[in-house]
Amino acid sequence: MSDADNNANEEREAFDRDSTSNTLTIAIGLSLVCSILVAGAAIMLKPIQEMNEVRFRQRIILDVAGLLEPGADIEQGLERIEARVVELETGEYVESIDANNFDPIAAANEPDTSVRIPEELDIGKIKRRAIYAPVYLVSDGGELSQIILPVRGTGLWSTLYGYLALEPDGETVSGLQFYDHAETPGLGDQIEDPEWQAQWVGKKIYGDDGQPRMEVVRGTVADGNPYVQHQVDGLSGATLTGRGVMNLVRYWTGPHGYGPYLEQYRQAKGT
Amino acid sequence: MSDTRKVLIDPLVDNNPVTLQVLGICSALAVTTSLLPSLLMCLALTSVAALSGAAISSIRNRIPNNIRIIVHMTIIASLVIVTDQLLRAYAYETSKQLSVFVGLIITNCIVLGRAEAFAMKNSVGMSFLDGLGNGLGYSAILIAVAATRELFGAGTLLGFQILPLTSDGGWYEANGMMLLPPSAFFIIGGLIWAIRTWKKAQVEKPDYQIHEVHRTEIY
Repeated sequence: MSDADNNANEEREAFDRDSTSNTLTIAIGLSLVCSILVAGAAIMLKPIQEMNEVRFRQRIILDVAGLLEPGADIEQGLERIEARVVELETGEYVESIDANNFDPIAAANEPDTSVRIPEELDIGKIKRRAIYAPVYLVSDGGELSQIILPVRGTGLWSTLYGYLALEPDGETVSGLQFYDHAETPGLGDQIEDPEWQAQWVGKKIYGDDGQPRMEVVRGTVADGNPYVQHQVDGLSGATLTGRGVMNLVRYWTGPHGYGPYLEQYRQAKGT
Repeated sequence: MSDTRKVLIDPLVDNNPVTLQVLGICSALAVTTSLLPSLLMCLALTSVAALSGAAISSIRNRIPNNIRIIVHMTIIASLVIVTDQLLRAYAYETSKQLSVFVGLIITNCIVLGRAEAFAMKNSVGMSFLDGLGNGLGYSAILIAVAATRELFGAGTLLGFQILPLTSDGGWYEANGMMLLPPSAFFIIGGLIWAIRTWKKAQVEKPDYQIHEVHRTEIY
């Protein structure tokens, strides 16, 4: 080895990459650069992502109402949907709140605008809900054709957010869809399966005693049993997610959810 | 020039990360039910592999050995999060279909493997090309698998009807198995077989041979 090589080697060895100071410099410097990169991307893209989420939710509302045809204009479909706000406890419409800008999930986190759900009633396991809640009324040629209720509740890992659509009789399901959840891919996310969602259509949410009766059974619904009109098949590998869906539907159609509103609506209709 | 070409072209067939090294199989099974999510997944993985290779290579002489893997993971994870955010902003609904699999690029063996095996020893430009080449190698397999599965499973490609289904009055009976994960196994297995028949050099010597062994042969 020549002298020149030796010198070069010594010079390189003078910088010790495994020294404590270099390790700390690299660790701190890298964390800093990476966190700026990640935070920057998240903040800069947030407005676009939020717009996407709003559009996606609108699409799901249209879809659950059966108004989403391929190539159909979302805006046009939305014109047939009127958003209103109800006070859940009384079931009365509230005119002082702009329904289009009301966010029930944000409101549920504010002490002033929400109530704690009594533990024995909190079957959807969401702890708090807003005092007011939106309903979406779908009209078909001036006639009310569907009532869409935003619902949410805890599945296995995450909160499921979705919409439950009811026929004008106020008790027959015409659709159930979810727009956000973080259940296990391949198992819990079967709640997005159109075939399973289709099973909900035509089911009755209330039993003879007027209590919420919808049930996600284990296995498949037995033909000919007296509760068949309240039952849908369980999801294999996702028993707890299925139970979460059942509970959230029961909660939101029950006395602490939209129950009073739906009851008033049915009485006003004279059925 | 020949080096550059080799680094970029080799991983496509001769040293394909999926069919030769059998890496990245998890996502190859999961996202390939249809072509569009697969294309996005390929784009995401290729850009992460290329950029992480370049980034790691640029500081390779300063990365302390004892926190080497953590440094790789930090860089890869940051790039994956940025990619995921971009997809959520510009391809929202397809990114919902990909669900966790974009996030799982962090643990994809191809990305970390190239960082450790190549980017730590080579220049920035070469590492970028190596990441790009390996990403493209992964993409080639994914696209082949996804196109087969979507075409024979649903009769469509990128959502356009190619084979008219019997359910819509056509002649093609959709093969439901193609939409289930096992079919990806069969297709990848078939691809590995086909490539090894064509390129005999890829055939490994069997680990075990069933024949009478002399004691001296063991060592």
